[in-house]
Amino acid sequence: MQADLRKNYFELFGLAAAFDIDPADLAARYRDLARRLHPDKFAARPDPERRLSLQLTARLNEAFQVLKDPIRRGRYLLSLRGVDLGEETDTAMDPAFLMEQMELREALAQARGCADPRTRLAELANDIQRRLAAKLHTLAAQLQQDRSSEARATLREMQFLERSRREIDNLEEELA
Amino acid sequence: MAYSDKVLDHYENPRNVGALDKNDPNVGTGMVGAPACGDVMKLQIKVNEQGVIEDAKFKTYGCGSAIASSSLLTEWVRGKTLEEATSIKNTEIAAELALPPVKIHCSVLAEDAIKAAIADYQAKAAARKNKPANAA
Repeated sequence: MQADLRKNYFELFGLAAAFDIDPADLAARYRDLARRLHPDKFAARPDPERRLSLQLTARLNEAFQVLKDPIRRGRYLLSLRGVDLGEETDTAMDPAFLMEQMELREALAQARGCADPRTRLAELANDIQRRLAAKLHTLAAQLQQDRSSEARATLREMQFLERSRREIDNLEEELA
Repeated sequence: MAYSDKVLDHYENPRNVGALDKNDPNVGTGMVGAPACGDVMKLQIKVNEQGVIEDAKFKTYGCGSAIASSSLLTEWVRGKTLEEATSIKNTEIAAELALPPVKIHCSVLAEDAIKAAIADYQAKAAARKNKPANAA
């Protein structure tokens, strides 16, 4: 069990370090591991083992959160390949992409005040969802072919789209 | 997280929000983004013949710290030479606005935006110089 703490997230789940993951399979593996590592099972064991079961359970939960989310999984996979996204330090992006994001955010800000904000927000949400799906497709190919620097750029762009998606969620909640 | 009074002031009354004509040869446009939070910032400067920034405008979609950083920066660069504006450091912005460590990247964004705007202006100026005056 001690060795499990040093495994990376993919190894922890007995998976190859690859971007394509079957979500149902991942969830099944998670449930199985969570049951086997559950602290209740170690209640009668010596302290070190109980501590280890707690640590591993926490690590398993974190690993599951990362692997089931495509953006976080992609970022983690790149980090295993030694590529850092530079999310806070590298602000240079494709200007056309940034322009597009600016227009999207402007549209979001205006949606609040338009005659039928709900319909407008749904349209924008669809548009973002479509762009995210396209990027996800691109990302999968780039990661599979080890084109890490291109994958890095795609992931960085996906984070902007994800941010807009969350903003739409918030606006929809406000309107509800 | 609590914002400092200065951040709140710029957030509630942002200075110099708006746009300049990006096709104007005297206007430099800088566009940057922070993937960490999805913030997008556009900063524009208008430079006169003496190489002094006579106007600056910004548009930022992001958190209060990002808006305050760009707002403050447009105030600072007005009346400065390009050289002076280039030397502004993100740490000065962060200190002035009392940004907490998790928001330092907002000031980085502002510094990179003004640098990009200056570079854009200089590229335009260089292209103009290389072109014969009667070509237009």
